[in-house]
Amino acid sequence: MSQFLSLVVGGLFLGAIYALVALGFVTIFRATGVINFAQGSVLLVGAYLVGRLNGSIGFWPAVLVAIAAAALLSLLIDALLIRRVRAADLGTLAILTLGVDILISTEMTRAIGTDVLSVGAPWGAHVVEVAGIRVPASRVIAGGVALVLVGALAAAVKLTDWGVAMRSAAEDGETAGLMGIRLNRVAAGAWALAGGLAAIGGLFLASFPAAGVTPGLGLVALAAIPAVVLGGFDSPAGAVVGGLIIGVVSVLCAGYQDELSFLGRGLGTVAPYVVMLLVLLVRPSGLFGTRELTRV
Amino acid sequence: MSKPLRTGIAAGVVVVLAALPIYLESFWLQTSLFAMGAIVAAIGLTLLVGIAGQLSLAHAFFVAIGAYGYAFLAGHDAPGTDAPTGLGLPPLLALIGAVALAGLAGALFSPISGRVRGIYLGLASLGLVFLGQHVLQNATAITGGYEGVTVEPFSVAGFSFSDADPDLTILGVPYGRLERLWYLDVVVVALAVWYGRNLVRSRPGRALASVRDGEIAAAVHGIDVVRYKAAAFTVSSMYAGLGGVLTALAFGRIVPESFGFLLSIDFLVMVVIGGAGSVGGAAAGAVFVTALPLILNHYSGSLPLLAEPGGGGINASEASRFIYGAAIVAVLLFARDGLAGLVRRSRSPEVKESLT
Repeated sequence: MSQFLSLVVGGLFLGAIYALVALGFVTIFRATGVINFAQGSVLLVGAYLVGRLNGSIGFWPAVLVAIAAAALLSLLIDALLIRRVRAADLGTLAILTLGVDILISTEMTRAIGTDVLSVGAPWGAHVVEVAGIRVPASRVIAGGVALVLVGALAAAVKLTDWGVAMRSAAEDGETAGLMGIRLNRVAAGAWALAGGLAAIGGLFLASFPAAGVTPGLGLVALAAIPAVVLGGFDSPAGAVVGGLIIGVVSVLCAGYQDELSFLGRGLGTVAPYVVMLLVLLVRPSGLFGTRELTRV
Repeated sequence: MSKPLRTGIAAGVVVVLAALPIYLESFWLQTSLFAMGAIVAAIGLTLLVGIAGQLSLAHAFFVAIGAYGYAFLAGHDAPGTDAPTGLGLPPLLALIGAVALAGLAGALFSPISGRVRGIYLGLASLGLVFLGQHVLQNATAITGGYEGVTVEPFSVAGFSFSDADPDLTILGVPYGRLERLWYLDVVVVALAVWYGRNLVRSRPGRALASVRDGEIAAAVHGIDVVRYKAAAFTVSSMYAGLGGVLTALAFGRIVPESFGFLLSIDFLVMVVIGGAGSVGGAAAGAVFVTALPLILNHYSGSLPLLAEPGGGGINASEASRFIYGAAIVAVLLFARDGLAGLVRRSRSPEVKESLT
């Protein structure tokens, strides 16, 4: 029982990290209608910078630099490339971001090589134990950070001018533009925010119990995609719930690997995708997504 | 072009294609075999993406079904070893069976592919690739796991597409596996192109294009949207399966790693560079994406700027990834309809003349 509880709690904390990355996807999608496959490589850039810089300038400055750089990179992808073909259809834009992803992740693979960069976080490999439930300290901190960020983001979307602009752009971009909302500025904000969220997610995904920053981190970040699809692509709440579900499912599958051995090894990594396919069978627009209605 | 001229050109092309294996080194033959396998599969994806307007990231999964399906159906049991089992069917039957299996898998996905739209389908199909990888790694009795499985050579009517049986020498060139497979691949590619082009221009092809342009309008015209979308997915999977068989034959031994997420992206790149919806474009894109890393690698010693793998510089596979990453971005920003569009535009003055 305590193993089960440990796994569920551990899964929720891992899910919180996925939720952050997934929120980045949803934010970009709502503001600009782009499914950003480059999110994984932006995340990798963020984690890489923390790993590279923490030795020379210290951990916290490195984190700040990484977040700023990832936000800037993400913003540049929008400003230099996506903005020029804003009117193109979803598929074209998604493939364009795939192209960007290939470029960035190839450069990152080259830069990292076979190294495993440690992020050098002050919480190291500590494990927190409460009532028999053991969770790595990095995951607990990740959960706290995610909670604060999700809350702040929800409040910002609800209360600030930027949030109002963003919601109206998501509702009907053309009308919002006619009402004097600067769509490019809303888009830039959303992309930068998603980049920053990706960097934070990358930092925690590369922390203990993971070994450190490797080129494969970009693929780990892909697990945020089932989270986003599960939740419904245009729903921030769905992204958070989807992230938590994915986290719990993959940790449970990995934890009970021995009991589930008839399903094969490495079940933890495919389980998110299986859950996504099952949910899509029942609800084609995800758990919380806007259902597409067709009226003639 | 006049009819005799066209016939003459066609005959010339056939002669050149038939003579090429005599002159090409084995590296170039091997590269063209991989390229031709990719061409067939890419045609399937361009039909799906360009004509039916559905995005699929699962293409590598269906290619894998074709490749492993053939290896399983044609493979022979090796009692006493722990090599993967096989059904030992005649290779031609195994080829047809593998294509059918891929089509069946595509049809089984239809509850999702028929209902989920465009980019959402792309994301959902992403799940299939990872699921496929998991199965390939774990169903060791059939796939051999990460060690892979040896692919039975193709043969038809007693003629084996392998290094022997019967021994064959033409104009002093020994005809081995690569030379023989070249002819098989050329024929299959020709059939795939011919069928694909006809499909685009046929009634179902036009129905699919109208589904892409507007589902509601298509439904109003009496097109069964869900059924057509599912059918498009099935046909595209069968193309992928056929491409997979050719790829498996070219490899000789297949491992799960060759059929992962990156291959799915490669196929999308081929289709985009070629111009979505164009059969010829997909073929050109397939040649470009498949051959580029192999050629860069082959000449990495003599090309400037390229380093040996593990060195500090850019190695061949990285260089080719940079080149085609940049190619996607450039194509989508400046020439949305890809190579096919460029060709069409350069030809258009001629078309106008003939119209007036």
